[in-house]
Amino acid sequence: MSPKGQDFVQPESFEFTPENRARADAILARYPEGRQRSAVMPLLDLAQRQHDGWLSRAAMDYVAGMLGMPPIRVYEVASFYTMYNRRPVGRHHVQVCTNISCLLRGADEVIGCCKDKLGVEVGETTEDGRFTLSEVECLGACTNAPMMQIGDDYYEDLDAESTGRILDALAGGETPTPGPQNGRRAAEPIGGPTTLVEEDS
Amino acid sequence: MLHDRDRIFTNLYGLKDPFLAGARARGDWDDTKALLAMGREAIVEEVKKSGLRGRGGAGFSTGMKWSFMPKEIGERPHYLVINADEGEPGTCKDREIMRHDPHKLIEGALLSGFAIGAHVAYIYIRGEFYRETEAFQRAVDEAYEANLIGRNNVHGWDFDLYVHRGMGAYICGEETALIESLEGKKGQPRLKPPFPANCGLYGSPTTVNNVESIAVVPDILRRGGAWFASIGRPNNTGTKIYAISGHVEAPCVVEEAMSIPLKDLIERHAGGVRGGWDNLLGVIPGGSSVPVIPKSVCTSVLMDFDSLREAKSSLGTAAVIVMDRSTDIVRAVTRLARFYAHESCGQCTPCREGSGWMYRVLSRLARGDGRIGEIDMLEDVTRQVEGHTICALGDAAAWPIQGLIRHFRPELEARVQARRHIQAAQ
Repeated sequence: MSPKGQDFVQPESFEFTPENRARADAILARYPEGRQRSAVMPLLDLAQRQHDGWLSRAAMDYVAGMLGMPPIRVYEVASFYTMYNRRPVGRHHVQVCTNISCLLRGADEVIGCCKDKLGVEVGETTEDGRFTLSEVECLGACTNAPMMQIGDDYYEDLDAESTGRILDALAGGETPTPGPQNGRRAAEPIGGPTTLVEEDS
Repeated sequence: MLHDRDRIFTNLYGLKDPFLAGARARGDWDDTKALLAMGREAIVEEVKKSGLRGRGGAGFSTGMKWSFMPKEIGERPHYLVINADEGEPGTCKDREIMRHDPHKLIEGALLSGFAIGAHVAYIYIRGEFYRETEAFQRAVDEAYEANLIGRNNVHGWDFDLYVHRGMGAYICGEETALIESLEGKKGQPRLKPPFPANCGLYGSPTTVNNVESIAVVPDILRRGGAWFASIGRPNNTGTKIYAISGHVEAPCVVEEAMSIPLKDLIERHAGGVRGGWDNLLGVIPGGSSVPVIPKSVCTSVLMDFDSLREAKSSLGTAAVIVMDRSTDIVRAVTRLARFYAHESCGQCTPCREGSGWMYRVLSRLARGDGRIGEIDMLEDVTRQVEGHTICALGDAAAWPIQGLIRHFRPELEARVQARRHIQAAQ
């Protein structure tokens, strides 16, 4: 997922900021004495968040050193889980679910809109490095399909129009409101709940 | 139809305050100490009496699972691990519990932890649920601050609950893969035995339960196992959260009685099938891993473990995926085949090689690019994957394809023949 047509440089070194060092200590405290290895996933996530959303070789080595793990065990974890980006990604990582519930309700339209708007194919990053487009597996918001995740937020109940609006807003430096885009609150039926409406509840 | 008074998740849609003040107003944390005073064995017995079967897909008796834990706490600490790695396509029920009714889950964790002798619980939440994790963590922080959990809490059972985020691997929903992941490794399932109750997290006795299974425990203990068992039908008891997605007028998550007829569920709560019941093609009734059932079966089947098993499918996670007649069923199942090929952890050869092979062959057949005999070969390969792997992902990769061939074989054949005719004409 490097920017289109260009390779990327691995930074020489990595170190947690003092704030993240403190966060890392709090994470380590969740696991029993001698089981620090359990912290590898949250620490890699922390490192990724500190470093523009991707995990450099230096960051993996740094986490390995912190936990006293052989680096290969950390690389194994980093390559097994899909949320670790081992290449640079755009500032906005647009991840469109194309699994079954989304497919049935128009994921093709959402992906198509993203490709048109961003001018990239799935797996590519825009020239300006602002957007990366990915196709992902089920994100667990199936009754609000089709949907996509951008950064940490879910945008649900999409169509081409709302997808375009969200991407335009991000391109304009705004933060569009996450959640359902068709007026409902959460996963209640559109038009209002059919349950939890009796007086005695 | 289930009355609202019998619903457990009274803030399923987040219309009210999900946090401590709102939760207390809905009855959570109401004299929890009295429930703990029942004692470990009585709690396990009450949950057994309720007939609760695990809500994560396998449907094993929750009380029975708890009873496999050692009676006495020995040198190894006991652990409760809550499986919130919700990733089965079609499934989005635990998300609503975590973000809208988090205190039911926390109270349930305390009670369940006590029942199995665990002072520590980990909840493993899928990494993509970042906002849900934030909401849930906020509720956990509230519970600590109010001294409801933690060391020397008001309930007299020391109990720590830690949140651990996954990072994107469907397989970690399998309980032993989840344990491996929690230990900081690749999420590859373990051979069983030993079972987690004997040798689980850090080699200690561990129970892994789904979010929904844990979150219904406080209500079962407050209202009694008999109340829970009175809903649904024998061996299929209680309330259940269903997620209805796909070609319905109003996709939704809803809590209903176990054993509700599938047709009622769709028509009462999801606004019916798009274009009417007659426009229905088929339903995947329990998340992507279970075989599709055609309309003829949908009309009479009940949403429970036994009825769906008789229909050669499964309740799974009760994620109902509805497909109307506009659906390209072959493309839909091919998409699922791609999912399983992507998510295979690579440990067992039949699944690692078979899931990719099945996806490639099905992709060709979807284009009509194949021979009729390859449909039988594909069916044969699904049988060679099914039951020949450490975990159920191999089965899950095989079953949707078996369902497709069982009910929609003519569709596959028609594609192959259509392409032949085109080629012959050229």
